[in-house]
Amino acid sequence: MKKLMLGNEAIARGAYEAGVRVVSAYPGTPSTEITEAVVKYDGVYAEWAPNEKVAFEVAIGASFAGARSMVCMKHVGVNVAADPMFTAAYTGVNGGLVIVAADDPGMHSSQNEQDTRFYARSAHIPMLEPSNSNEAKEYIKKAYKISEEYDTPVFIRTTTRLAHSQSFVTEEEREEVAIKPYQKDITKYTMMPASAIGRHKAVEAREIRLAKDIESSDINTVELNDKKLGIVCSGVVYQYVKEALPTASIFKLGMVYPLAIERLKKFANEVEEVIVIEELEPFFENQMKANGIKCRGKELFSKQGEISVSIIKEKILGISQNIEKKDLPVRPPVMCAGCPHRGVFYVLSKMKLTVSADIGCYTLGAQAPLSAVDTVVCMGASLGIAHGFEKALGKEGSKKVVAVIGDSTFVHSGMTGLVNAVYNKSNMKLLILDNSTTGMTGHQEHPATGITLSGETTKKLDLVELVKVLGADSVNVIDAYDISGLEKLLKSELEKDGVSVIIAKRPCALLNRNYPSAFSIHDCKKCGMCLKIGCPAIEKQKDGSAKINPSLCVGCGLCKDLCKFGAIEEGKK
Amino acid sequence: MKKDLNILIVGVGGQGTLLASRIIGQLAVELGLDCKLSEVHGMAQRGGSVVTHAKLAQKVDSPIIALHDADIIVSFEKLEALRYTNFLKEDGVIVVNNQEILPMPVIIGAKEYPQNIIAELEKTTKKVVVVDALKIAEELGNTKTVNVIILGVLAKNLGIEMEIMVKALQKCVKPNFFEINKIALEKGYEI
Repeated sequence: MKKLMLGNEAIARGAYEAGVRVVSAYPGTPSTEITEAVVKYDGVYAEWAPNEKVAFEVAIGASFAGARSMVCMKHVGVNVAADPMFTAAYTGVNGGLVIVAADDPGMHSSQNEQDTRFYARSAHIPMLEPSNSNEAKEYIKKAYKISEEYDTPVFIRTTTRLAHSQSFVTEEEREEVAIKPYQKDITKYTMMPASAIGRHKAVEAREIRLAKDIESSDINTVELNDKKLGIVCSGVVYQYVKEALPTASIFKLGMVYPLAIERLKKFANEVEEVIVIEELEPFFENQMKANGIKCRGKELFSKQGEISVSIIKEKILGISQNIEKKDLPVRPPVMCAGCPHRGVFYVLSKMKLTVSADIGCYTLGAQAPLSAVDTVVCMGASLGIAHGFEKALGKEGSKKVVAVIGDSTFVHSGMTGLVNAVYNKSNMKLLILDNSTTGMTGHQEHPATGITLSGETTKKLDLVELVKVLGADSVNVIDAYDISGLEKLLKSELEKDGVSVIIAKRPCALLNRNYPSAFSIHDCKKCGMCLKIGCPAIEKQKDGSAKINPSLCVGCGLCKDLCKFGAIEEGKK
Repeated sequence: MKKDLNILIVGVGGQGTLLASRIIGQLAVELGLDCKLSEVHGMAQRGGSVVTHAKLAQKVDSPIIALHDADIIVSFEKLEALRYTNFLKEDGVIVVNNQEILPMPVIIGAKEYPQNIIAELEKTTKKVVVVDALKIAEELGNTKTVNVIILGVLAKNLGIEMEIMVKALQKCVKPNFFEINKIALEKGYEI
């Protein structure tokens, strides 16, 4: 049956059809929906892990045990998982092991636009890149065959436009793949120098064999049309090329590492000019040039952002698009009305603290009018950065520094930062914004919600007990809506010696939508106080007064607490 | 109806443009056409500007609509319609919901919400259809039908038969919401 599916749903379908038994992942845009979709299939165990490193290790374990397994992550998650990944390339697999890595050119929802293809080359792990949903499903199945035949983990690389585009997928039956027997073999599964030396040889031999075999594989396709121009591309860029240059000859790389160099050479000889069109880095281009293939790529196309049909037409055909420039107000993402983070950032901004923040919805606290955030680097970095500030500036110099992290991110990679701060006698002040979910990626469960991916209740990680056990000197819990209480608490904690943790608790406003009625403003004195919290439901009128938009207000009451004139009224049920 | 159809759906994260794109996807199934839909997930969904690309044809390559290649822009919010006019074909149609949602720079008084948006849109194309979908939805007694009302307007302007739209709708909404949505679709179709 043909069905419209997101690239991510198609990957899940592919895993199901390939007989995958174990999937582990940490949510991350644009990869999250794979795991959410795959858990719905019978015969597949899927879970949220606290981070990508753990998820990867779970997949390795399942593979060693003999089952087909999959681990999914966004591009920056690959950095977290890199440690087990590089050595899993040495051990190889028992049951097939597939790593889905989702890149985000254009940074729709990411802090950088790294190119994961370099990991494939650096770790010597083959990588496939599909160009639409049906291909995504097919490539997953091919990836398991390659994984088992060549005894290697296999990457599937996606990008946002593949992951979050729907196209038709032909569903097929699941292939029931038996669990392979596990046999103890320390030369393969125990990576210490003596055995790893042997495995490194195996890795190299495998890669040479694969690179040779890929020359005749049908996973790379050549379309010879007009021989004036030959395009080399992969993934969703292939779709842009098809639309922008319908008459061009195309070498479509299904396997993006290792490259079928001999076949690319042949293609280059068959066309007059070769142009490589790839998003982000000149990954193909540089390897082709190193192998003596004359081509152009990044002299035409940027290393930044996404490629599009219009850009290809402009760079290759010289058709420039007539774009009307408009000076319109931008519409950046904002914290939702009723977001429990809002009041916290209002307080941090008011107190003029230096805020080392983290990855999540609360990153939005950086934007005007809250403008409360100073630094954001990666998952879990807020704690280390705050500690580093203190070690650089001393206790007095860093008295205004606060680390801010969410509940899911704290569990992901914040805990070790806290251990470090305690161990190294820090005076770090940490705010954990516990909204009882993984917010930005669309509400995924995690260990501190007490619910699993499949919706079962489980032992709930108690964050208060956890930070106590990790050694925090002072631990306080406060309602995230209690802004005056929070300000008082912060002031007293900042004076204290030792590591302090404040857990500001309140579930995400989108979780329980049983909202109180909208508030309203009467006889506004135009002081602008309520506008300082950047609530999307409070609008500044032309005359300077504030008005609450009743269709957006969820009745959190934060603005009422701020109005010194009592002009804001609770809604009536 | 034309065979190739590029529909750009724009709005503000949280307005529920996803049901509209699901119904358009189902429409492709009913019409026996190839289809690609490209959505926005993650950060931009939090009240940001959101775009869905929907392409229907015998064979669709790029999931993203190129500049000046949309047959129709369907906007759930006025300012967002203006933001994306560079995607519209010369003779394209703009269906715009007459609703203003102020973006943060306007809310805090750093920028003004543009005046005369409809007049600006009319400079781009002759075919601008303004819908007061929220008002119609309120009259129907269900404000959640805004997107389906707008889809009705879209169907009418693209010459898609009502019967096929109803079929597509039926497959995308829960049975107990079908009747009210069908009425909403018809209301939009009548505009």
